[in-house]
Amino acid sequence: MSGNLPNRRLIQGNEAIVEGALAAGCRFFAGYPITPASEISEILSARMPEVGGTFIQMEDEIASMGAIIGASLAGTKSMTATSGPGFSLMQENLGFACIAEVPCVVVNVMRGGPSTGLPTSPAQGDVMQARWGTHGDHPIIVLAVSTVLDSFEITVRAFNLSEKYRVPVIILSDEVVAHTRETVSLPAWEDLEVTDRISPDTPPEWYVPYEGSSSGVPDMAAFGKGYRYHVTGLVHDVRGFPTQRPEEIEAFTSRLFRKISQGFHEIQKVETVFMEDAETAVIAYGSVARSAHRAVIMGRSQGLRVGLLKLVTLFPFPRRLVEPVLHQCKAVLVPEMNMGQISREVNRVNSSACRVIKHNRFDGQLITPEELMPRIEKMTS
Amino acid sequence: MAKEVTKLVHEYLRHDKKFPHVWCPGCGNGIVLGALIRAIDRLGLEKDEIVLASGIGCSGRMPVYADFNTLHTTHGRCLTFATGVKLANPALTVITVMGDGDATAIGGNHFIHAARRNLDLTAIIINNQIYGMTGGQFSPTTPYGSHASTARYGHIEHAFSISELAVTAGASFVARATVYHATLIEDMIKKSIENGGFGVVEVISNCHTEYGRRNNMADPVTMLQWMKEHAVTVEKAGKMSPEELAGKFTVGVLADVKKPVYTEEYEKIRKRAGAPKAGERA
Ligand SMILES: Cc1ncc(C[n+]2csc(CCOP(=O)(O)OP(=O)(O)O)c2C)c(N)n1
Ligand code: SF4
Repeated sequence: MSGNLPNRRLIQGNEAIVEGALAAGCRFFAGYPITPASEISEILSARMPEVGGTFIQMEDEIASMGAIIGASLAGTKSMTATSGPGFSLMQENLGFACIAEVPCVVVNVMRGGPSTGLPTSPAQGDVMQARWGTHGDHPIIVLAVSTVLDSFEITVRAFNLSEKYRVPVIILSDEVVAHTRETVSLPAWEDLEVTDRISPDTPPEWYVPYEGSSSGVPDMAAFGKGYRYHVTGLVHDVRGFPTQRPEEIEAFTSRLFRKISQGFHEIQKVETVFMEDAETAVIAYGSVARSAHRAVIMGRSQGLRVGLLKLVTLFPFPRRLVEPVLHQCKAVLVPEMNMGQISREVNRVNSSACRVIKHNRFDGQLITPEELMPRIEKMTS
Repeated sequence: MAKEVTKLVHEYLRHDKKFPHVWCPGCGNGIVLGALIRAIDRLGLEKDEIVLASGIGCSGRMPVYADFNTLHTTHGRCLTFATGVKLANPALTVITVMGDGDATAIGGNHFIHAARRNLDLTAIIINNQIYGMTGGQFSPTTPYGSHASTARYGHIEHAFSISELAVTAGASFVARATVYHATLIEDMIKKSIENGGFGVVEVISNCHTEYGRRNNMADPVTMLQWMKEHAVTVEKAGKMSPEELAGKFTVGVLADVKKPVYTEEYEKIRKRAGAPKAGERA
């Protein structure tokens, strides 16, 4: 057996991530067990060999991250999955993927933290870590999933963006999305749009491995294809060799950022519900976006002009899509299962008179539509 | 017969890399690079099929000079990257080069697990008994009683024996050489690649700059002399008493066995799972 599983299925979020990854062409997975992400490893240990790919359980998350980078350099789309403690361990090698521009996808199924925290409870405390966890200036893409279908579709999207921009992509899920079972119709593989990195077609002697084209994204040769070049975590020149020349360092770092900022229109994605005539809005992501969606429907049935802005891309923060909402609304509510992380971003980009109201929960419980209702009513009145 | 040195230099060192290299004059790292190139040349491997990966340290700077697919990873994690490369493309010959700190301090866990898994790759460990690059701090192989920039009163910890650790962890091939025994390094690397499982070649090397200087061996020649005097071949050691062996170390092959190799085992799993054949895979 290989390829797609039957179309309509009752599956959990973690399983949908697995199917999304396989559909996107991921053929290498390395991981280390951790709640609430373990199902991704367990299912892939069976699915990967079925499709001719490789699953390996490594000795820790540092090793898992290293292994997926290695596999990607050898030309195979790769992924790892973890939760908070493991995500912390991955940070150094994640930075390597950023500086060496190695496509790969890292799933963090968030649980309560810090440290061992709340292993079986949902949280959204790793948002800023996903953006800034590895040291140094670096671009990175962070996407959030809020439903089982999201978990499939956004995983495909994560691979596509990673391949196109040669940047690691983080998928933030949480314990609720990961373990919720829903019946979903998964698209057939052949109906999906799948992006692959661009391999050089120049003769090897003309290949300049880190010379960005106008897009800023260099063509990527897989090891073993005749293009012998050097890959390093040191800042490097266009040939991949370490450099300490100020003009080369500046050109390099600028290009890393430019290749992402030129793609903002494609990378940044949000979804809106009832926003056309909204006077107030809820800005949410992850499992909280589901509660917010419900609350907005409840609000509308009471005649409140409230809408939902669901963030799919968390970073690069979709400023150009959030700003119009802040100009349109007199107030926005930002519910999060943390002490307030995305609300800081919303505040940062807010240049209008819109009030940004935080709603934070950090007791290991999901934010419910019922608890959002009074906040929405108050903000609307 | 080995090709003349200049021929090998032209064939295997990068033309577009700006020399001089970063190493101190007389550093043992160059001897190891030379031995590696000669071993590869003798094996007749294609440069395109070789991946040379390293960690961080003076030893970690080796790949940049060599005309292979080269990968300079993070400190201690080289074997994890190499694992991914090898599994994604088992046709590649993957060789890693690490320092003693790289392989057995920060990367110790990866080292024993790579050996246990019996992944088919060769790990060269340049054991200069010190952290060279960062300025002479003690490493897991710094001898008891010796001096380091973080052992000013004499070292109170005990050293790992890297090769014996590798044997215990399950490596298929384990050998030790020194930079004094340059042709032995070459033979051992060749044998390790030929073994086909996880191979370890430990090379005792000189860091006269950071280790020797603090331990009455401030120049390379004195350090090589020390190696010559303290190395005993495995064969000879078998006939010596523990008293005679005190303070010495063995060189030569310490393990050379055949065990199931990871990539071959995994191919069997794919078959059992019903995977399409390699050429037909989606
Ligand atoms: C995570 C991390 N910690 C510390 C360092 C600093 N560092 C660079 S090289 C090195 C030790 C090198 O010693 P060894 O591995 O024995 O190699 P040598 O330089 O002697 O060849 C250290 C500690 C680093 N690069 N990364
Ligand atoms: S510091 Fe030591 S290991 Fe590093 S290049 Fe100099 S001699 Fe070699």
